[in-house]
Amino acid sequence: MTESTYRIQGATGEWEVVIGLEVHAQVTSNAKLFSGAATAFGAEPNTQVSLVDAAMPGMLPVPNMECIRQAVRTGMAIDAQINKWSRFDRKNYFYADLPQGYQISQLYHPIVGEGQIEIVLDEKNPDASKKVIGVERIHVEQDAGKLMHDQHPTSSYVDLNRSGVALMEIVSKPDMRSPAEAGAYLSKLRTILRYVGSCDGNMDQGSMRADVNVSVRRPGEEFGTRTETKNVNSVRFVMAVVEHEASRQVDVLEAGGKIVQETRLYDPDRNETRSMRSKEDAHDYRYFPDPDLLPLELDDAFLEACRQSLPELPDAKLRRYAQDLGLSAYNAATLTADADTARWFEALLAEAARIQKKSEGDVAKASANWLLSELYGALNRIGKSLEDSPVSPEEGAELLALVADGTISGTIAKQVFEIMLETGEKPGKIVEDKGLKQTSDTGAIEAAVADVLAKNGDKVEQYRGGKEALFGFFVGQTMKAMQGKANPQVVNEMVKKALSA
Amino acid sequence: MTNLTDLTVAEIRDGFRAGDFSAREVATSFNANVAAAKALNAFIVETPEKALEAADAADKAKAAGETLGALSGVPIGMKDLFCTEGTQTTAASHMLEGFVPTYESTVSGKLWAAGAGMLGKLNLDQFAMGSSNETSYYGNVISPWRRAGGDNAALAPGGSSGGSSSAISARLCPAATGTDTGGSIRQPAAFTGISGIKPTYGRCSRWGIVAFASSLDQAGPMARTVRDNAILLEVMAGFDPKDSTSLDLAVPQWEANLSSDLRGKTVGIPKEYRPDGLNAEISAMWDRGIAWLKDAGAEVVEVSLPHTKYALPTYYIIAPAEASSNLARYDGVRYGQRDLPDGAGLQDMYAATRAAGFGPEVKRRIMIGTYVLSAGFYDAYYTQAQKVRALIARDFELAFETCDILLTPTAPSAAFALGEKQADPLAMYLNDVFTVPASLAGLPAMAVPGGLDSAGLPIGLQIIGKALDEQTVLNASLAIEERSGFAARPDKWW
Repeated sequence: MTESTYRIQGATGEWEVVIGLEVHAQVTSNAKLFSGAATAFGAEPNTQVSLVDAAMPGMLPVPNMECIRQAVRTGMAIDAQINKWSRFDRKNYFYADLPQGYQISQLYHPIVGEGQIEIVLDEKNPDASKKVIGVERIHVEQDAGKLMHDQHPTSSYVDLNRSGVALMEIVSKPDMRSPAEAGAYLSKLRTILRYVGSCDGNMDQGSMRADVNVSVRRPGEEFGTRTETKNVNSVRFVMAVVEHEASRQVDVLEAGGKIVQETRLYDPDRNETRSMRSKEDAHDYRYFPDPDLLPLELDDAFLEACRQSLPELPDAKLRRYAQDLGLSAYNAATLTADADTARWFEALLAEAARIQKKSEGDVAKASANWLLSELYGALNRIGKSLEDSPVSPEEGAELLALVADGTISGTIAKQVFEIMLETGEKPGKIVEDKGLKQTSDTGAIEAAVADVLAKNGDKVEQYRGGKEALFGFFVGQTMKAMQGKANPQVVNEMVKKALSA
Repeated sequence: MTNLTDLTVAEIRDGFRAGDFSAREVATSFNANVAAAKALNAFIVETPEKALEAADAADKAKAAGETLGALSGVPIGMKDLFCTEGTQTTAASHMLEGFVPTYESTVSGKLWAAGAGMLGKLNLDQFAMGSSNETSYYGNVISPWRRAGGDNAALAPGGSSGGSSSAISARLCPAATGTDTGGSIRQPAAFTGISGIKPTYGRCSRWGIVAFASSLDQAGPMARTVRDNAILLEVMAGFDPKDSTSLDLAVPQWEANLSSDLRGKTVGIPKEYRPDGLNAEISAMWDRGIAWLKDAGAEVVEVSLPHTKYALPTYYIIAPAEASSNLARYDGVRYGQRDLPDGAGLQDMYAATRAAGFGPEVKRRIMIGTYVLSAGFYDAYYTQAQKVRALIARDFELAFETCDILLTPTAPSAAFALGEKQADPLAMYLNDVFTVPASLAGLPAMAVPGGLDSAGLPIGLQIIGKALDEQTVLNASLAIEERSGFAARPDKWW
């Protein structure tokens, strides 16, 4: 565990920033929290609205157990207390995007209690930069609809597609002390949600957004008054909000002013936050238990099924990659930071081990190196993500196997990979068609070596005179003569033999 | 030939099956009575064509030898709190004037599926808030009853199911649906000399019923006989996955198990229901009820429900609290009334729409409910009321350790004149004093007529039963019905 040393240097001394995040994560589910309407992103306005979502008279909510299951699984993934008894409350306020006139949420008895998330601030030095951030609670609630102000000159239109979509609100403790910690927490949370499959984590589509609570204090003193910046929709913006808001607060305090507890909005274009509403005109939400719904009671069988359905989580996976597969801490962290990457890597690994008839541990390093350098480099160049990689894990494994069994050299492998990217052909076929197979034909290599030595008599003299560094030159020349297809080991031996003759 | 509109539901059902008359004849007779009773203002919308359509379907099914539904050939009235597909549903408010649902409430849907036909949508207190049917945007419902001795004052049919009670006692329909939040089936039944049962909370689906107070609202039937109530309730009840508070239980055969033999049953008489100053005629009727139940073989014991006096204040915190939130959806944005003054913003639209759309009693309850839920008052009112509600439920549980049912008056008086209690909301709320406790505890409770008071107006008795024990409630009510021999009916003046 590390203590943050992040400090804001004010005119009157150092300040420490205290950060808590409330993250709204849209639950991955085909249906809404209390209705059967669909939840697909980007549908035509008001095409995914049931009678319940539109709050027609006499309509009643019925909990969608898939959403509940996802919240429970998420809680389990952060080692949190799961409350077998929870309850839904109504949060009452009027707005045109809120058809019922209240949001069904869980104020008093959330479904998930305290948990924790471990963050790493320096991936190259994980052990020395770990920190545990507490999670206060996770509750489920309904999303609101959306107002459209650009459809009519004087009126606003309402799109209720999002109305009633299930959200998890994941509330951290005020445990973060720097923009980097806030960023790392949000990234790690997103990683966990994607592993669990309870939220797609797509912040650009609004599936995940954060309310950022920031206060400053003199190191070691009591918490200061906080502000809450709403609906921040990227990791980068969260870090920017913390940075900006903390220094704004320091400026106010050092000028003798006071921080007002208020809700603020972030303007990414100007990189500043501004006041939205203060505590004085805050709503009185009149929370009370929703009388349309019974308390939510979960039995042991349900919880056990949730637990069984959890995949290997990022921390466990990272440990396994480092300890069992022998990967470097950095490579393990990079491969596990994203569920899709880890899935891709594990498919590659399994296939590579299978073809080569080796253990996964034996092929792990070569697989990881190829994925992180060759494949990532290529994808970067062609502007694609792993998801739509033109090369499949199976094809990658085949290529690795060709190198491992000596069919081609590492140099030829790079060429083959380029052709794979361009043509989509399988590596075996490319090697076959282009005649790239490495040769161990000693006769041909011997002739090539003899030719190289004959053409470079002066260098042979120098070598024999003690300039042994020239060995590499003879090997290189021979490989070149063989068009890269000679088995480098055989070439080595042949050159050595010819020179010592 | 007998007057078809004098028949009970059971008689219509059986007579139709026996071929004594056609369903169309029945529907036509009731349609005629409805059309001739405008003075009662019992209906907001009349749907004679719907009644005929169902009747023709019944006649056709019978002619074809098809299996008939439990209510084939029986036309009924539908309280205008039930959403009916294609027929305006208003909850007696201006707010929902012109609102035509695209969906059918579960309970009304079950009734139509059983072969019943709809005579029309019955008037009620606005959003079911009231005990006299004086809060409807569509005008007061008038009781068909009048005091003996030439006093022609228009009387309250009770509320909120006043359209239902008035229509049934005036023979405009043989039965109707009601809803009961704090007594809205039982008190109007008592005022008009008919029966009505509020089943255990969760027996009937609330899906598609305009909500007043979700934790209390329950649908139930109203009719002239206990048997008719049993017939209707069997159709109306049943699990509905669309209502989370619906009970996942099989529906008992209440009609087949009707029996007025109460031997082996113990009747509790809660002493707290006999306050000082209880109306002497109500008190005397209660004593008669005790004698009738003894005569039916029951043992009678005194029981105590010590928290009874807190029931009314508890109810008038919880019900308005839930209502204030339930009625927030009537905001002028999506359906119903919209009042948009020139240049108005969203908040102005809300204010104007709700000011124009809700009547005074609805506004009063929204304000009470908003107040008791607001920051700083929530614990003192709402939390406290929930605790007291639990104590009231506990009172009943303890009492039911020594008895099977409770016998009490239904209302503290016979019907009062319209306008008589309008000025004083608290006096009006006191009407619910005997009915509210069972609502808070979610227990089945039934009103059954006992006789007429000295002014010639009906007064009745209430049977409260254990949760899910509608059968004993119906049976005890049947024992009273048989012994009271209540056959009085209002003289037709309308």
